[in-house]
Amino acid sequence: MSPIPTQAGSGRTSARTRSLFLAALRFLVIVATTYLGLLAVTFFIGRVIPIDPVLAVLGDRAPQRVVDRVREEMGLNLPLYQQFFIYVKGALQGNFGTSVLTTNQVMDDIRRVFPATIELATLGTIIGALFGIPLGVLAAVKRGSLADQIVRIIGLIGYSVPIFWLALLSLVLFYAKLQWAAFPGRVDVVYEYSFTPVTGFYLIDATMQGKWDVLWDLIRHIALPAALLGYFSLAYISRMTRSFMLNELSQEYIVAARAKGLSETRIIWGHALRNAAVPLVTVIALSYAGLLEGSVLTETVFAWPGLGLYITNSLQNADMNAVLGGTIIIGSVFIAINLLSDLLYRTLDPRTRTR
Amino acid sequence: MKPLLDIEDLRVTFPGRSGSIQAVRGVSLKLGRERLGIVGESGSGKSQTGRAIMGLTPPQATVTAKKMMFNDIDLLTASARQRRSLRGRQMAMILQDPKYSLNPVMTIGRQIIETLQTHESVSRAEARDRALAMLEAVQIREPKRVFDLHPHEVSGGMGQRAMIAMMLVAGPELLIADEPTSALDVTVQLEVLGILDRLVADRGMGLLFISHDLRLVSTFCDRVIVMYAGRIVEELASADLANAQHPYTQGLLNSLPRIGHDRHPLPVLDRKPEWAL
Repeated sequence: MSPIPTQAGSGRTSARTRSLFLAALRFLVIVATTYLGLLAVTFFIGRVIPIDPVLAVLGDRAPQRVVDRVREEMGLNLPLYQQFFIYVKGALQGNFGTSVLTTNQVMDDIRRVFPATIELATLGTIIGALFGIPLGVLAAVKRGSLADQIVRIIGLIGYSVPIFWLALLSLVLFYAKLQWAAFPGRVDVVYEYSFTPVTGFYLIDATMQGKWDVLWDLIRHIALPAALLGYFSLAYISRMTRSFMLNELSQEYIVAARAKGLSETRIIWGHALRNAAVPLVTVIALSYAGLLEGSVLTETVFAWPGLGLYITNSLQNADMNAVLGGTIIIGSVFIAINLLSDLLYRTLDPRTRTR
Repeated sequence: MKPLLDIEDLRVTFPGRSGSIQAVRGVSLKLGRERLGIVGESGSGKSQTGRAIMGLTPPQATVTAKKMMFNDIDLLTASARQRRSLRGRQMAMILQDPKYSLNPVMTIGRQIIETLQTHESVSRAEARDRALAMLEAVQIREPKRVFDLHPHEVSGGMGQRAMIAMMLVAGPELLIADEPTSALDVTVQLEVLGILDRLVADRGMGLLFISHDLRLVSTFCDRVIVMYAGRIVEELASADLANAQHPYTQGLLNSLPRIGHDRHPLPVLDRKPEWAL
């Protein structure tokens, strides 16, 4: 009998607990360092860009006396390391200061606009994965066929045509000509106050409150932008699925599965895709994170009150608190999604599990 | 007695950049419930012969033959669906390296059960019992534990035994073993071969043993076929290996090391172009 390369017997549970603890610790350290790096970079950006926050608040006609006082109030006369410390402390408490533009707390603003972006990005990613994966599988299985070429063209168009242009065209077609889609925006003014935004995710709020007419209106508004973002991520996901699938289909275990007499369907979806799913998770997660950053152009064209639009507006008005707050939130979401995809990766691929 | 497998003039042709390439050029063989070895160097067409019998030739290649009978089934006219139902249930194949030929994200147990469920309608409990019994049959000491392991968690020898279990669990009559021990350590090789030998004998299966190891094949098989450049150049009983006629076989035998003999300088094959005609 050959030796079995896995540990067995006594001491296994305690070793396991310890390794789990170490994994959790490493996890925390990674998150903390990444987050600190994110804060440092945003702080640095906030200091080097040639925008004077005092000027942004007071305008350029304020007397020097007032400028000096506001500068002191903002803590800008303190040494840099103290400023950074205050910045980190605020960021950890979710306090990014007040927006000059809206005069609200930046965090409150973000709480209001981010759900809109999350809603759009989530729907877009679901659409992208739902269509992109099967298309990619099809292209890989029928490699070199007409179907493969068609999927390639669909992908190329989605990837290379500017999305705002497609957005404008789709508005012309579906809103102006066919009148299927609603006017740009998130909800019609008529319905704006007919339900209470509890979670901020309007689709969920409307469903929970049984406001079906509102839900229908919301769907009519979100359908076009979600479909466009979906198409954009479909283009990427289908290309990646194709190449992962081609790689898996050339493996020996596929020959073995055929030698067992499995059907092609089972081989493709049960064996090859199950293996291709491992790297695919990362691809989809990253594409989701990309959409969450707020697709500024799409949000602009569809007047979608999301994070991308909010940050762009703030940037154009030199509202640094809002810009940095938004950037930190996006960065945090990025870190979170990366960790999540790492965890998912572990559950999908037994080889990466720490035993 | 009617042979299990009867092949005449098998050819496998691959399309190439400059015309097509024949990997197998007219192989004829008959196999009963015995152990037939195919030896040859890389590219001699031995693996493609095995895959053509299984119906696992890559789609771009074409298989032709004058005759290709398995039991009473004409493999040349059988539909793809029919060929598939044969695979795993009546003919099976063991591949070279369990590291690559087992699905890395599926437990060993599930991979064995999958073969069963493809060909028989069995209950989950029965499938599990039979898979465990099969693991025991390939001399895995703790079948219950190995059942739940993933391929990367077992050694090469253990993996190859799991592979054998997966391929034999539905009770095929013909087994094609394509270099089943080449990726294993020498000591493990013998164990795996012993297990394979006993299962083949107990179940009265026909075995096509593909290898590049002439010595191994001659001790393990009843008959040996020597292939060179897509053709059979010699066929003889294992015991008669010393009387090989073909210069290629003789050349191979001459380059084998022997205990107590000096093999310096190691003879080099003096390839004659007419061998490949």
